[in-house]
Amino acid sequence: MEGIPTRMGDGSLVRMTRAEIEADIHAGVEAGVKRAKVEPLGADAIDHLVDVFASRARFSAVDIGDECILTSDGVGSQDTGSRITDLQNYEQTVCTDTVELYHHDYSFKPIKPVLPFEQEIMRQAQLLLTIPVAYGAMPDLGRYTVPDGPVPNWSQLLPLGRIDEARAAQEEAVEVAVDDIVYVAEGMYEAGADGINLDTAGAAGDADFLAALRAIERIRARYPDWGIQIGMASEFVLGMHGELEYDGVRLAGLWPADQMRLAAKAGVSIFGPAVNVNTGKTVAWNVARTCTIVKPCTDAAEIPIHLNGGMGVGGVPMHALPPVDAVSRASRACADVLRLDGL
Amino acid sequence: MQMTRRMRLPEAKAYVADKLGVSPADLSDPVTMSEVRRERGLGTIPTEDTATVNDALAIEAKINIARVLEVPVRSAERLRELTGG
Repeated sequence: MEGIPTRMGDGSLVRMTRAEIEADIHAGVEAGVKRAKVEPLGADAIDHLVDVFASRARFSAVDIGDECILTSDGVGSQDTGSRITDLQNYEQTVCTDTVELYHHDYSFKPIKPVLPFEQEIMRQAQLLLTIPVAYGAMPDLGRYTVPDGPVPNWSQLLPLGRIDEARAAQEEAVEVAVDDIVYVAEGMYEAGADGINLDTAGAAGDADFLAALRAIERIRARYPDWGIQIGMASEFVLGMHGELEYDGVRLAGLWPADQMRLAAKAGVSIFGPAVNVNTGKTVAWNVARTCTIVKPCTDAAEIPIHLNGGMGVGGVPMHALPPVDAVSRASRACADVLRLDGL
Repeated sequence: MQMTRRMRLPEAKAYVADKLGVSPADLSDPVTMSEVRRERGLGTIPTEDTATVNDALAIEAKINIARVLEVPVRSAERLRELTGG
């Protein structure tokens, strides 16, 4: 059949010539350069991306010996057996490197009242699995606003022009969220968890990211050798507050390299940049853009970098069942070009 | 090594390979590593084809991993605390 089968960012199959794929990759690089104000990828990296995406193979993978580590934001469907069975299946059948126990309400705030139950599951999981078992949830600052939480809702205040009140509400929410994150982390450490993952950090903007950083700082001070991972919500930090700083750096508008520097300063073990997928562009375009935006981060990092790759980030199509040809190409391409420590 | 020592991948692979007496490339070779893991009690898939009752698995293996790699494993530390081991 004419054309090489490849994917759009929504997962749909399209057929393109090698020249069309190459043009898309160049366009993706240019889009990354323009958006994040970074250097373009080198010719070797672009050639490699073209080779990866011009293949007709069902599956693509790194060279033998170049394998990297897989971490997760929640493991298992919670629809088969127990949550521990989910973790065991991932260890023994999927053969993943690590697993993450999670509560289906994946935020620190709702976990707080059920922490003893979560601790017991973690304790049992640690007895039954060999690979590292982390615990994860989202800072999810929006949970702290009325009517569900104690803080005025800045999303309601901002459209009314009540800027000072909206900012004060976010600052108040940061304090409460940090206490909750640290409380859950301490509980999980006591239960034997190998680490804590603050996932989708920055989802509610700069205050959300600040809460994650301050919590990490406290957790690291208490547990110098513990695994602490952060996964970002999107490619740059939204300025919902606009004036918040960490270590003298304004958080609004930060791109992955600067996000990583602050996360490392706070004490994370592993940083996970996230670059959003444009569903109207090809996976090749999205991966080229992702690599361009993240390259300054991986080049500068002194800590492990696990790129967020899945369902709408890291070049993986925005689909609940992303096709393996697209997932493997996006993962392999990013691992190769960015020299990732993990995904 | 990444979680507790914040090592990047090449450094982490080199460290573990050195501790186990293999090359970094061996770490992802299941044939080589099945022997290394069994000899050192580092755990494997618990089926009748891959493990016997004499092989360390799960928390047993994690205690060995902590010792062999000289790395803190929280669940192993906790077990020792609770059992006086």
